[in-house]
Amino acid sequence: MAKVEVPEGLWMRCRGCGKMVFRKVFEEALHVCPECGLHYRVNARTRVDQLIDPNTFEEFNAGLVSTDPLKWVDEKPYQDRLRDNRDRSGATEAVITGRAYIKGRAVILAVMDPTFMMGSMGSVVGEKITSAIERATDQNLPLVIVTCSGGARMQEGLVSLLQMAKTSAALARHDDHGGLYITVMTDPTTAGVAASFAFLGDIILAEPGAMIGFAGPRVIWNTVKEELPEGFQTAEFMLERGFVDRIVPRKDLRTEIGRLIDYAGK
Amino acid sequence: MAASALQKVNPNMESKTVPPAPASNGGNGGAAFLEFEKPISQLYRNIEELQADQARTNRDHSKEIADQRELLMAMYKKIYCHLSPWETVQVARHPKRPLFPDYIRLMVKDFCELHGDRNFRDDRAIVTGFGRIDRQKVMIIGHSKGRDTKERLENHFGMAHPEGYRKALAKMKLAAKFRLPVVCLIDTAGAYPGVGAEERGIAQAIAVNLLEMARLPTPIVCVVVGEGGSGGALGIGVGDRIAMLEHAWYSVISPEGCAAILWKSSEYAAKASETLRLTSRDLKKLSLIDDVIREPMGGAHRDPEAAVAAVGHYVSETLRDLKRVKIDTLLKRRYRKLRDMASFHEDATSPAATGATTRTRRRTRTPATTPAASDAGRAPAALVAAAHADTARAASLGV
Repeated sequence: MAKVEVPEGLWMRCRGCGKMVFRKVFEEALHVCPECGLHYRVNARTRVDQLIDPNTFEEFNAGLVSTDPLKWVDEKPYQDRLRDNRDRSGATEAVITGRAYIKGRAVILAVMDPTFMMGSMGSVVGEKITSAIERATDQNLPLVIVTCSGGARMQEGLVSLLQMAKTSAALARHDDHGGLYITVMTDPTTAGVAASFAFLGDIILAEPGAMIGFAGPRVIWNTVKEELPEGFQTAEFMLERGFVDRIVPRKDLRTEIGRLIDYAGK
Repeated sequence: MAASALQKVNPNMESKTVPPAPASNGGNGGAAFLEFEKPISQLYRNIEELQADQARTNRDHSKEIADQRELLMAMYKKIYCHLSPWETVQVARHPKRPLFPDYIRLMVKDFCELHGDRNFRDDRAIVTGFGRIDRQKVMIIGHSKGRDTKERLENHFGMAHPEGYRKALAKMKLAAKFRLPVVCLIDTAGAYPGVGAEERGIAQAIAVNLLEMARLPTPIVCVVVGEGGSGGALGIGVGDRIAMLEHAWYSVISPEGCAAILWKSSEYAAKASETLRLTSRDLKKLSLIDDVIREPMGGAHRDPEAAVAAVGHYVSETLRDLKRVKIDTLLKRRYRKLRDMASFHEDATSPAATGATTRTRRRTRTPATTPAASDAGRAPAALVAAAHADTARAASLGV
């Protein structure tokens, strides 16, 4: 599954430009290559730290665990896969949610985690996102969701698919209450997550180079034998086609979110 | 025609009549019988031969024919009451299964098609329009796969582009404006996966439909009549009542897609279809759908008129119930219903939970295990069930 993208050590070779980069510099640049600007995937905890005012995070629903509704077994039982992912990533599930401050503005924040089953959405992710949306609605706070996901989680079958409807329904209520919702699309935002809460932001931001789309290149090739053009399904492409409001480098996200809240928040 | 078909519907589908033999080799490349239906096709052949012999030689075979018919009925029951998930998928894809135009012809009176999304073009993969079902005015929306090759290509095999979903939404809003309920008939392998769909924002189109359908101020009834392929199905699949025809399937991913990911080959589709729990029976058990509509013995393709009539009956009865509910209440219940779609518990012992929450209450929200938990939201379902005691009993498939 999601590989640890940054090898351990003092120096690392950027997979974008191939240059040797001093690791500390890379981390200070928020896991962005200082040479070529490639935005690496980051786990949810790191992302939260990068995004919020220090020590302002108050987490919700941290202990939710899937009950494995389908009793799914492929090469190994889903329960084992979940445990392995928990052990390896240190996260309990593919999203963390909570209340925090960004540049002094209170927000409800959800951050998806590419290191936990590729950020896929099962019932726990659906529940945590929905519950975060409801809190934002009830507390009159702006909602910020950092999306990063391969889509609905196959191992929970239709339960996963219905999380798309559930999160979207909560966003309908948030919208009815006049609540602000900012999406930050990061690499990758695809399939069932793209086709639900990710594309429902009042304002949609995306990180440079992020892959954004519905069907993956392989599915498209297998089904209709179409080859995707170069640069297809990137944040830049989506901006050009009118589906993303702004592309924002990681270092500017805090400032951008802050000023958008000043424009549109209550 | 349509109205009489509805009145005639026999809610107890356990009829004694043998389904008519399918047109043998009827230009469909021998698709009249599926692989697992071989024993059935043999029995039909026996009956045909006996009848032919009787006609030719004047010998009386009536008793043998009757015996063969009885065997045939038993064989139908044996096979169709225990379809494996993979066999169900094949029935759902049967080339003779009723398609959207059949529903329009047999179930809807005075259909008035409305084309186009007012933006890009008219997507033939989703058809929308006004119509009357059992004298009730509705907006009917459905995937249309196409019957012959030309139509299939025009309709992209029922795989809709963004403009299809946007057309559907535009017509739903039109319906809501004039207080007409919406009926969605779902039958798609999935949303169209291609360059055009991606660049016109297929993900965004589906997302917007999910949000808007959740708050559309008019009753919505959705029936998966064939294939319920992932986001492409869900894009017109949010509503107050979700039903499935008995041998339809509905899943987060197609069995082939799942097999390709898990076992690196679509040859494991049969295995994947077991794992995915995509049959109406399983999904009803998991409380992920409200009702199962019983198909005629031998599947909808053996008797399309009876299958369509059963769907028509379900839709009209359900609409009658939903129309009695105040819109505010309806929308609250619709939200509650979606909100309850979950399967998790709170694990206070998990490492990341320490300090974050001190709650130790174990909360399992698998609806199947807590039927009473959502009484308020489910009350209308119970009403429907009572109204259709027969359908509901038939639907429980306790075979």
